[in-house]
Amino acid sequence: MMSSSLDPSSQTSVVLDPAVPTGPIEKQWDEHRRQLRMVAPNNRRKFDVIVVGSGLAGASCAATLGEQGYNVKCFCFQDSPRRAHSIAAQGGINAAKNYQNDGDSAYRLFYDTIKGGDFRSRESNVWRLAEASVNIIDQAVAQGVPFAREYGGMLENRSFGGVQVSRTFYARGQTGQQLLLGAYQALARQIAAGTVEMFTRTEMLDVVVVNGRASGIVVRDLRTGVVSSHAGHAVVLATGGYSNVYYLSTNAMGCNVTAAWRAHRKGAYFANPCYTQIHPTCIPQSAEHQSKLTLMSESLRNDGRIWVPKDSRGRHPVDVPEAERDYYLERKYPSFGNLVPRDVASRNAKTVVDREQGVGPLKNGVYLDFADAIGRLGQDAIEARYGNLFEMYERITGENPYQSPMRIYPAPHYTMGGLWVDYNLMSNLEGLFVLGEANFSDHGANRLGASALMQGLADGYFIAPYTVANYLAGRLGETASTSDQAFVETERAVSDRSERYLSCSGSRTVDSFHRELGRIVWDECGMSRTAAGLEQAIGRIRSLHQEYHSDVKVVGSADAINQSLERAGRVEDFFELAELMCRDALDRNESAGGHFREEHQTEEGEAQRDDENYSYVSAWAWNNGEPATLHKEPLEFDVVRPSQRSYK
Amino acid sequence: MNLTLKVWRQENAQDAGRFEEHQLSDVSADSSFLEMLDQLNERLESAGESPVVFDHDCREGICGACGLMINGQAHGHRARTTACQLHMREFSDGETITIEPWRSGSFPVMRDLMVDRSAFDRIIQSGGFISVNTGSAPEANLIPVPKEKSDAAFDAATCIGCGACVAQCPNGAAQLFTAAKVGHLGAVPQGDPEADQRVVNMVEQMQEEGFGSCTNHRECEAACPKGISISWIAGLNRGYLKAKLRGVDRRS
Ligand SMILES: Cc1cc2nc3c(=O)[nH]c(=O)nc-3n(C[C@H](O)[C@H](O)[C@H](O)COP(=O)(O)OP(=O)(O)OC[C@H]3O[C@@H](n4cnc5c(N)ncnc54)[C@H](O)[C@@H]3O)c2cc1C
Ligand code: SF4
Ligand code: FES
Repeated sequence: MMSSSLDPSSQTSVVLDPAVPTGPIEKQWDEHRRQLRMVAPNNRRKFDVIVVGSGLAGASCAATLGEQGYNVKCFCFQDSPRRAHSIAAQGGINAAKNYQNDGDSAYRLFYDTIKGGDFRSRESNVWRLAEASVNIIDQAVAQGVPFAREYGGMLENRSFGGVQVSRTFYARGQTGQQLLLGAYQALARQIAAGTVEMFTRTEMLDVVVVNGRASGIVVRDLRTGVVSSHAGHAVVLATGGYSNVYYLSTNAMGCNVTAAWRAHRKGAYFANPCYTQIHPTCIPQSAEHQSKLTLMSESLRNDGRIWVPKDSRGRHPVDVPEAERDYYLERKYPSFGNLVPRDVASRNAKTVVDREQGVGPLKNGVYLDFADAIGRLGQDAIEARYGNLFEMYERITGENPYQSPMRIYPAPHYTMGGLWVDYNLMSNLEGLFVLGEANFSDHGANRLGASALMQGLADGYFIAPYTVANYLAGRLGETASTSDQAFVETERAVSDRSERYLSCSGSRTVDSFHRELGRIVWDECGMSRTAAGLEQAIGRIRSLHQEYHSDVKVVGSADAINQSLERAGRVEDFFELAELMCRDALDRNESAGGHFREEHQTEEGEAQRDDENYSYVSAWAWNNGEPATLHKEPLEFDVVRPSQRSYK
Repeated sequence: MNLTLKVWRQENAQDAGRFEEHQLSDVSADSSFLEMLDQLNERLESAGESPVVFDHDCREGICGACGLMINGQAHGHRARTTACQLHMREFSDGETITIEPWRSGSFPVMRDLMVDRSAFDRIIQSGGFISVNTGSAPEANLIPVPKEKSDAAFDAATCIGCGACVAQCPNGAAQLFTAAKVGHLGAVPQGDPEADQRVVNMVEQMQEEGFGSCTNHRECEAACPKGISISWIAGLNRGYLKAKLRGVDRRS
């Protein structure tokens, strides 16, 4: 469907065509669906579809394809699909239901998402997402997902950052858990029905490409170490985001870029890797030993007020009189106040901490204060809204947030970048579809709260089932088999890689390298970036990567459970990704959303875009370890005119 | 802090297994229990010894992957807390801590502290869902659900599938886990049409997996990190009996 050259080894830049349908935006998806090819019910069982990932995107896609009658094989590295990282999402999921009658509509949700993404996302995809959002809520409710309700029995909503309507549906602070259990149960039903075969504790380590098409995958059984192949007429990756490149992030420990990265090495373009989201409300790091950072849901900003003392005397927060507090978000952004988008909130927290106004033992946080809300609504009301989050905070810090304000600081949380996909969610590598956080498509340079769950489920329940079918329709009569030599070669390469780590006999653990890499990426390609810093980072990443080859130490063998070996491969992929993130950030001589180049800011310190020169998606092609080649997808805005975002 | 750790080591399911003792110093009181194990593992690996294998992922108490018997208590002594959310400040300097895997015939040990809990997935597969294909759902607010029912459903649905209930039960029973899912789906109107079939399928699958029977020790409830109430078990038993009286048999 693409007009341009698809040769993955192409060294010259091409202009990418996402094959967006023509016509008025509100009719595009309907019209497109009418034109997509279909597979008749009796032919569906002739197709094998591989779905890697069982988070919201993967489980919803695998279950739906199974219901439709395809033969699906679904893979995850955890011991159960129910444990995918999506389980940890707290705050909620958006949908343009307008149940609160406060002026919401598909257009509003579309507009907010485009603006929130700082005009770096594809309009047609976002519109489709906004339309699908309402169906997701219907589907989840029918599955029995216990969303919050009003006393009259109707669904309740709350508001989230960066918008002025209440469109977020939630299930206490465990919305991701409840939505994932809904999708997991739909998946379980298909496993019982025999349409989906589930492979748990199985890690995909490569895509197999035959005749230019994704034709299967190579996996390692994490229990036995056995490396084997699976063939499919189509391969769907729903393998999540790459925030763990920073080592410390709010993501689950196992989150990694391996599936996406190995596909990239096989020709799939990696888009906008430098667009990463640093979430404003996380518990600040307390010490070196820390293995992860914990998110305190954005919903807390509905009732909590963010402030720092005007001075740096280090007094106990309750001893700081009102007049000596700086409620900096309320001061700078009177109309959105504490509910500005994440990138804006995070950057402002960094600014005050850099000015030495930070609070806490390491002076690395700002206060999120509930005293006013408790005074106004009572402790019971606050407990009903956020009880589990307050408890979690207390467990981790040993401090009681009902009595003194929480301390928060930004932390890596979500990655807007990911594998490039066209309107059909297919990558430039034919037959490879990418869903959920693993693709780049809908959030531009910054994602609004409660919209990742929405996107993962829209992709999996309502978009991929149509577009994958369209692709399969053209493959009728072909058999999916692992007989091609490419499978043998890929399996060998996968095993050789394990052997390389095990035989290295170096002196440093995988984790020690990962921590060091993470620090470089956090310092130079985190909340703010400069050309000099990025150039220097690339050099440091490269030399640390070389040291990794010669000095990593992985104990044990490849033919048994070996968690260090699993991490060794993932960290190597993070090295390569980190370098690409820096290159991408360097290329993008503007600030946009989560990508803040210090050289490009307004007088007030806000992100300054350069629409004339950078209104494009950066899609990078792997070059066998040489600097990647940049391909561009120009962004066109027919509905919303890009403007300087203002939340004042 | 300085600690003495007695950690269960077992090569694989066939191996008999044994305790291994380690002294660990310089443990920060602010680290989580799993970060303390990370510290042990880094030390072991640096010395060329194989690290202790254990399951974990979110480290936020929500994925249900971590599961350790800590001094004989599932997830340790702090109530309503998973092992990953237990912090070392809850222990005292110089303490000896015994760490074991879940022990239950239906959760075979795979290696060290890692066990196979796939029996739980099979219980869900036998009927722990509402049969609604994608696309066939009605408009969400056409199904009003009284807030109390919805809240009750949530209380049950919060189960993380960790298996602490089984591990702590002297009989190795899985009633609390099964009751939580049956209770969640039974509390909302959407779950009604399949209620009888669901409870029969799930209870009988649970028996087939070899879990023990519940004799009301209440250990499960105390061990459950999500505070799932054993009153759900009474509901499970009632539902099962009624369905059986109505002549419902297992169907797949
Ligand atoms: C703490 C936290 C809170 C959040 N809260 C919200 C919120 O309130 N609202 C919101 O909209 N978003 C939220 N998000 C973001 C959102 O949760 C994620 O973006 C989303 O769940 C990702 O879903 P996914 O299906 O794309 O991937 P994941 O859920 O990450 O699933 C990835 C799947 O891929 C599998 N996998 C990965 N690699 C491999 C491999 N190589 N081989 C085999 N399997 C593999 C994994 O096993 C897993 O099954 C939150 C994120 C975090 C970290
Ligand atoms: S009932 Fe409680 S202890 Fe049992 S699996 Fe669920 S959360 Fe774990
Ligand atoms: S690691 Fe997820 S619950 Fe403990």
